[in-house]
Amino acid sequence: MLRGGEPFIWLTGGALAFALLMVAGLVGIIVVNALGFFWPASVVRVTLKDGPALTGQIADRERVPGSTESRVKLRIANRDLYGADFVWVDEAKIARREYPAGVVVIERTEWGLLIGTLKDVRDGGASVLSGPAALDELRRRLPDVARLRAEIRRVERSDIGAINQSQEQVRLALRRLELKGVTSGADVDALRARLAGLQARYQVQEARLADLRKRQTGSIVVAADGGKEKELPIAQVIDVFTPNTMSVPAKAWHYVANVWGFVADDPRESNTEGGVFPAIFGTVMMVLIMSLLVTPLGVLAAFYLREYARQGTFVSAVRIAVNNLAGVPSIVFGVFGVGFFIYFVGGSIDRLFHAEALPTPTYGTGGILWASLTLALLTIPVVIVATEEGLAAIPRGMREASLALGATKLETTLRVVLPAVMPSILTGLILAMARAAGEVAPLMITGVVKLAPALPLDGTWPFVHLDRKFMHLGFHIYDVGFQSPNVDAARPMVFATTLLLLVIVICLNLFAIAMRQRLRRTYATAAV
Amino acid sequence: MASAVHVTASLNPAAMPASMMEMPMVEIDHLHLWYGTKVGLKDVTMSVPKHRVTAYIGPSGCGKSTLLRCLNRMNDLVDGVRIEGTVRIGGVDVYDPALDVTELRKRVGMVFQKSNPFPKSIYENVAYGPRILGVKNRGDLDGIVERSLRSAALWDEVSDRLGDSALGLSGGQQQRLCIARAIAVEPDVLLMDEPCSALDPIATAKIEELMLDLKNSYTIVIVTHNMQQAARVSDYTGFMLLGELVEFGVTRELFTSPRDKRTEDYITGRFG
Repeated sequence: MLRGGEPFIWLTGGALAFALLMVAGLVGIIVVNALGFFWPASVVRVTLKDGPALTGQIADRERVPGSTESRVKLRIANRDLYGADFVWVDEAKIARREYPAGVVVIERTEWGLLIGTLKDVRDGGASVLSGPAALDELRRRLPDVARLRAEIRRVERSDIGAINQSQEQVRLALRRLELKGVTSGADVDALRARLAGLQARYQVQEARLADLRKRQTGSIVVAADGGKEKELPIAQVIDVFTPNTMSVPAKAWHYVANVWGFVADDPRESNTEGGVFPAIFGTVMMVLIMSLLVTPLGVLAAFYLREYARQGTFVSAVRIAVNNLAGVPSIVFGVFGVGFFIYFVGGSIDRLFHAEALPTPTYGTGGILWASLTLALLTIPVVIVATEEGLAAIPRGMREASLALGATKLETTLRVVLPAVMPSILTGLILAMARAAGEVAPLMITGVVKLAPALPLDGTWPFVHLDRKFMHLGFHIYDVGFQSPNVDAARPMVFATTLLLLVIVICLNLFAIAMRQRLRRTYATAAV
Repeated sequence: MASAVHVTASLNPAAMPASMMEMPMVEIDHLHLWYGTKVGLKDVTMSVPKHRVTAYIGPSGCGKSTLLRCLNRMNDLVDGVRIEGTVRIGGVDVYDPALDVTELRKRVGMVFQKSNPFPKSIYENVAYGPRILGVKNRGDLDGIVERSLRSAALWDEVSDRLGDSALGLSGGQQQRLCIARAIAVEPDVLLMDEPCSALDPIATAKIEELMLDLKNSYTIVIVTHNMQQAARVSDYTGFMLLGELVEFGVTRELFTSPRDKRTEDYITGRFG
């Protein structure tokens, strides 16, 4: 039996099964935790044997250490009222559990969820409707409130943002003139006049903003456990729902809306709430820029190594060195990125082209371009190795056929070799993208930030802002999971973000794989 | 040394093979070739007549493919090759340093032992050479592709699927496609390096038939392991051994009354 190799077959199968189990377990934990996060869980009111009642959603249940009893983790929310989002309750101490129909869960822009009973809807301090009808009134007002909030945001971001940017440009132009020794004259006066004009426009927008804010008059009163009441401006209410009376389809709809909000919204509350859209955007854009940089560089290098360089000890040494580059810790690449790209290249660009802004750096600080370049450097061995292997697999006869037809080496390379090696290049790119999307360490020092004020791509000239800092899902996971002030509340976000990152990597890879399949059909390589 | 004497003897007008009487297309004069220090070809002198099929036979490693590859300078691609002597094709010195090797290769087409179509469509395979030559007009290309495929007796089989991948063709079709590709640039000489060694007898028969057609327009030089094939398709045959051209002459004479003992041993199968 030993000679027949059956135990060996079991060993190989076992190894594969073990690996699959580990991966499936990891992905399973992520998926379960992430997807559960968006479900509008029912709100339970537990009355304790010693008196007080607690209202909240059950977030977890575990055995009390050193005892046979269990305890539940109750998300009581209302951080502004109670100081903490979660409490542990021993099940033995619970006298009664009920699911009151009137409990509302309010998502708001600050302080996390608010759980309680809606008492009153007020406008300008006067009660409009109270009692059960208040909820309908609140729901009726929410769309207008959301529109108003969006409008305020637009004024703040786009209108005032554009004015700020123009002001900054004029200020820099003035500074440029000053550096040239011009401190008065027609040019300076013109710029000063423009600055004044911009200031006037700013005042107009500011007044408009104040006007919009004044329209946010509504507020609600919510009663919570312990006789506490909270008056909350409706402007802060994002969504309100009553999980205890919702049907399953309604909950499912809410679930979908939550998922969409997570994907499409900006983060709130130092990233522990809201969405992760800027991080998605930053991750994808960085990976794409990196792909644009690494593919030509890696492919050209591989072509030289395999097609033109005289094969020998030196080329072999280069090849080994390139392969080993993949083993260098990524943080080392990050440090190199900081030292070379940011301080040297970026610093030089600043001195040459953006001297007027100094000492504030423009390119001499972390940004999406430098982060992408650093990752391109990090992933270049992958592309080189994959391309080289593809080149080695192209039959000699194919090159000879082209040369024998009178094609030059260059024509042969471009017209026969390159199309044939395209699938291998894409394989390399897939591996490189997967690696880059998941990398965090080098990004932390080359341009990723916790919260970026603006996307690296927007409507203001020159539209693509490669000098901007950006957000990244990998860093977001680290930040929310380990740097957040409210780790308990943020933990589901960590899982959801991880899942999202996995999905993005899979999507990028599927896209590249589909492209490779298409190429394979067109340029199917002959079986050697 | 005996062989050198023989080759010299063959230049004697009295012993001159009939090929010398015809118009020569390729003239090889005292050609030596070394791979590093290893001798590849030893003092080969002969001429290939125009619009005839000339075959090289001989055991493996005797240098017949090397000789063939000297004619379009494919040996240039091998590191450490050194060549002495002259090769003239249509009167032009092939190893003239001033000669553009790509120009030469456009005049001397080649078909390889293993069919090696490009991983492109059938059409693009045939159009590859003309495109390299700068033909861009779609109508011209269409004409060239059809004419070449017809010449290679492949048109009827593929005319309705020119856009399909060439790799979907059978082995014999692929080899005929390679022939079509080679003749699409209208070379003077067509070199064939054991073109049928990977094909079944039916595909082989088709290619042999094709060669007999093609020799009206092209000068064909073929290397083959298969003596029957040489006997069937060639007008002239050269027998090579250990880098020497032992004997060269009209095919029928070479096979029926070889002048050299070694040739006789080889063609009668007593070679060992």
